[in-house]
Amino acid sequence: MSKTLQVRRGGYVDSVTLMQVSKTVSASPGVTAALVAMATELNLDLATSMGFDLPASTAPNEMLVAVEAADDDSLAQALDLVEATLREAASPAPTAFGAAPPPVTVGAAARGSGATVALVSTPGEYAFADAVDAVDAGLHTMVFSDNVPLEQEVALKRYAEDTDVLVMGPDCGTAVVAGVGLGFANVVRPGPVGIVAASGTGAQHLMTLLDHAGVGVSHCLGVGGRDLSADVGGLSTMRALDLLADDEATDLVVVVSKPPDAEVADRLERRAQELGKPVLFALLGPGRPDLTAAAERVVAAVGGAWQEPSSARGSVETGRPRGYLRGLFAGGTMCYEAMLLAAERVGPIASNTPLAGGRSLDDQLRSDGHTMIDFGDDRLTRGRPHPMIDGSIRVDRLRAEVEDATTGVVLLDVVLGLGAALDPAGEIAPAISAATAAGLPVVAAVVGTKDDPQGLESQVEVLRDAGAWVHGSNADATRTALSLLRDREDNS
Amino acid sequence: MKPLAAPESVVTAGVSLLADALDQQGVEAVRVDWKPPVEGTAAAVATVMGDRRRKPANALALERMLTAEATLVDVRPASEALGLGPGEFLHAGPPVDWEHASGPMRGALIGAVLLEGLASGPEEAEQKLATGDGLRWEPCHHRGAVGPMAGVVSPSMWMFELRDDVHGNTSWCSLNEGLGKVLRYGAYSSEVIERLRWMNAVLGPLLQTAVRAGNPIDVKAIISQMVQMGDEGHNRNRAGTLMFLREVLPAMIESGGSSADVAEAVRFVSGNDHFFLNLGMPACKLQASAAAGIDGSTVVTVLARNGTDFGIQTSGTGDRWFTAPANTPDGLFLGSFGPEDANPDIGDSAITETAGIGGLAMATAPAIVRFVGGSVPDALATTRRMYDITVGENPAFAIPVLEFRGSPTGIDVTAVVRSGVLPQINTGMAGRVAGTGQVGAGLVTPPMACFTQAIAALADEVPKA
Repeated sequence: MSKTLQVRRGGYVDSVTLMQVSKTVSASPGVTAALVAMATELNLDLATSMGFDLPASTAPNEMLVAVEAADDDSLAQALDLVEATLREAASPAPTAFGAAPPPVTVGAAARGSGATVALVSTPGEYAFADAVDAVDAGLHTMVFSDNVPLEQEVALKRYAEDTDVLVMGPDCGTAVVAGVGLGFANVVRPGPVGIVAASGTGAQHLMTLLDHAGVGVSHCLGVGGRDLSADVGGLSTMRALDLLADDEATDLVVVVSKPPDAEVADRLERRAQELGKPVLFALLGPGRPDLTAAAERVVAAVGGAWQEPSSARGSVETGRPRGYLRGLFAGGTMCYEAMLLAAERVGPIASNTPLAGGRSLDDQLRSDGHTMIDFGDDRLTRGRPHPMIDGSIRVDRLRAEVEDATTGVVLLDVVLGLGAALDPAGEIAPAISAATAAGLPVVAAVVGTKDDPQGLESQVEVLRDAGAWVHGSNADATRTALSLLRDREDNS
Repeated sequence: MKPLAAPESVVTAGVSLLADALDQQGVEAVRVDWKPPVEGTAAAVATVMGDRRRKPANALALERMLTAEATLVDVRPASEALGLGPGEFLHAGPPVDWEHASGPMRGALIGAVLLEGLASGPEEAEQKLATGDGLRWEPCHHRGAVGPMAGVVSPSMWMFELRDDVHGNTSWCSLNEGLGKVLRYGAYSSEVIERLRWMNAVLGPLLQTAVRAGNPIDVKAIISQMVQMGDEGHNRNRAGTLMFLREVLPAMIESGGSSADVAEAVRFVSGNDHFFLNLGMPACKLQASAAAGIDGSTVVTVLARNGTDFGIQTSGTGDRWFTAPANTPDGLFLGSFGPEDANPDIGDSAITETAGIGGLAMATAPAIVRFVGGSVPDALATTRRMYDITVGENPAFAIPVLEFRGSPTGIDVTAVVRSGVLPQINTGMAGRVAGTGQVGAGLVTPPMACFTQAIAALADEVPKA
């Protein structure tokens, strides 16, 4: 066995790209473990847990290259592979004589181009500066980043208001502007529905349900999960409504959110009444209609014909005896909606993002009775890609659930679309097969359209082949999962 | 508000997968080559970027830089022009005491003491300087002046006096001595002192007569032209020098001076391709001074080195210096000199970069890229890169090879620490040992620590919300 840990200075590569490099290197012959990552606290811990000795001090802008291999030859080859993949990942150098080097700030990029929109996905602790730079340049700005401090979000949105541009996000990675998807977005048909969403996967789910029913979308503006809180006060939501009011392609506006702060809700209500266009509210909360019901209402409002979301039976017809429901989600709103529906039936659900009255999970996210985990939560995406981009953390968890005798039924989501992993179903399918082979039923809600790059049909096919129950509606999937629970008194 | 239309291009910073997703949709992703801000600056960067005064303040700084004028109105001794008294000297860069002064700085001060007749020889001069003994020195910048290399000015030296009537500023610089063994590179041998005496006795008065006889000379207009003639104004001043000579030559001939003196003066000026540097520098100082003292502005108004430390000032932090040990330039060496002979970076001449020429306008001077150890594509790429760390462009200094794009102007501290890209300085190299003179020329950057201190100070100045 030979191993090495190198620390390199001077080159920054984003975490998603480095995950892909790590994966490629891990899979090369003779390599037993590989980590290529920026030296963030999280990655340092990871390297330690993999058995590498850390140098005395490192800085977060340094890169760790840690490889363990069967022998020296394999190690050398793996390091060559690291070089090659990193080189490939680096921005191409200008080749033409006198060609401009790539811009180094958002403002510089905006100056030299005809861009009207910026998409900022830098780490949350730095994203504010990049977003301000974009607003300075007069660009509508989508902040994909998680973990942006609240006071920076408020300052940014106030600035955008005064500068007359729209800030989308942060922490709500979805927007479609006139058919162009920014961040996580599904490829949906154009149409009359304008969506304002304080919830990323909520917006994606609504779009795909509408698309399934033949109803298209003019724009989908994700305004950030905190936008309708008392602190942010709906700053971006109000601006998004203004934009949609003036937008000729939009006939009907839908606001997707968790229930807003009461005072913000009042203002939102007043603004909606004077918008000059019908506004429907799809506010997820206890005792409120789920997203699928909301979609049905939208379809009716534009005179469309509702199409029931697709569904397919899985290979395991019943849950493991006395087992609990375990939800493993990539989408925060998917997790929230599932918890709302499940809590009505089986009582409080333990979660890392619990509903009021639900138990909080410990830092190890150990299951505690009926449990649902949002792997896309801010605290879990620090220094690591969103699970919709890289779902390996969830795959590992599903395998652990199979081993856990208290797990009765697993519910999960598979989110397709632009920005998402190229084959999310294929990534998790082997673990699903392992589950179903062990008699553990898995129910999957698939959010996607036939035009998404991954292809809805083929992704559903992969999940079905693995034995999963597959639904085009998260609410339907949750109800199916609940119905599979067996020998539980709480499942009334 | 800009209506919602399908974007044809989108600026992307961060996760490259998301930029790829735009490519897949046939939308151009303008990818930022993003890095985290320089270590330890993230909080200050956020504070300063969030300062609502920043954008208008920087716009004002740029406007003032672009509207600043620079006309040569007089030539006279420093004692008169700056009120420099006996035993008072000016020098380049941030403040420095004898103990910390580098070889060339010490050499230049020794030479100046000899020139002023305050010591009988170098040993006595050195001893007086080391003990203080009635001698005082302070940065040129503290008096609105600038000095190349050691930048030492003594009371009897003749100074160019330039005015910016738009902003009411005046700036000064000594007369350029030529290359090789010269005071500004720390040489103080008798030939150096004799040349300075001749400049005081003959060249200065002739230029004074010529300048006073004609209309004020528009130095900014000469810079505009020289930038289109292959001079970047720091390491190449050939066209500028000849254009200046063209302006003053008739009046020098008519001055009544002896034809031998006039001929000697003309030979001296036309034989020194850097003569114009000492006119370009105060013109640049006027441009930078116009932008000084604007609350909330993150624009750099001084880049200066004393051979030991590099110092910068910013518009929003007034006359505070942010200093760190100067880097040693990287480039080519004269004769048998090598890297071990080079002193760390020295001189106020980086005021040219502060004003958007010099290294920032490298693209306009392909003739000297080899002299500083670069290539023509490097030169083009350098200037293009500098646009990313500056707040605007100066149409008065248009660069032909970049389709007459204005030179990158107004170095922005936030852009420097956010990108890690430092301003490019194009400079001469002084010998490390006092008395050596010039040993080469090359490229250098300021130490990043100047900018990290500046961003912290700028953040402290931001009013609490």
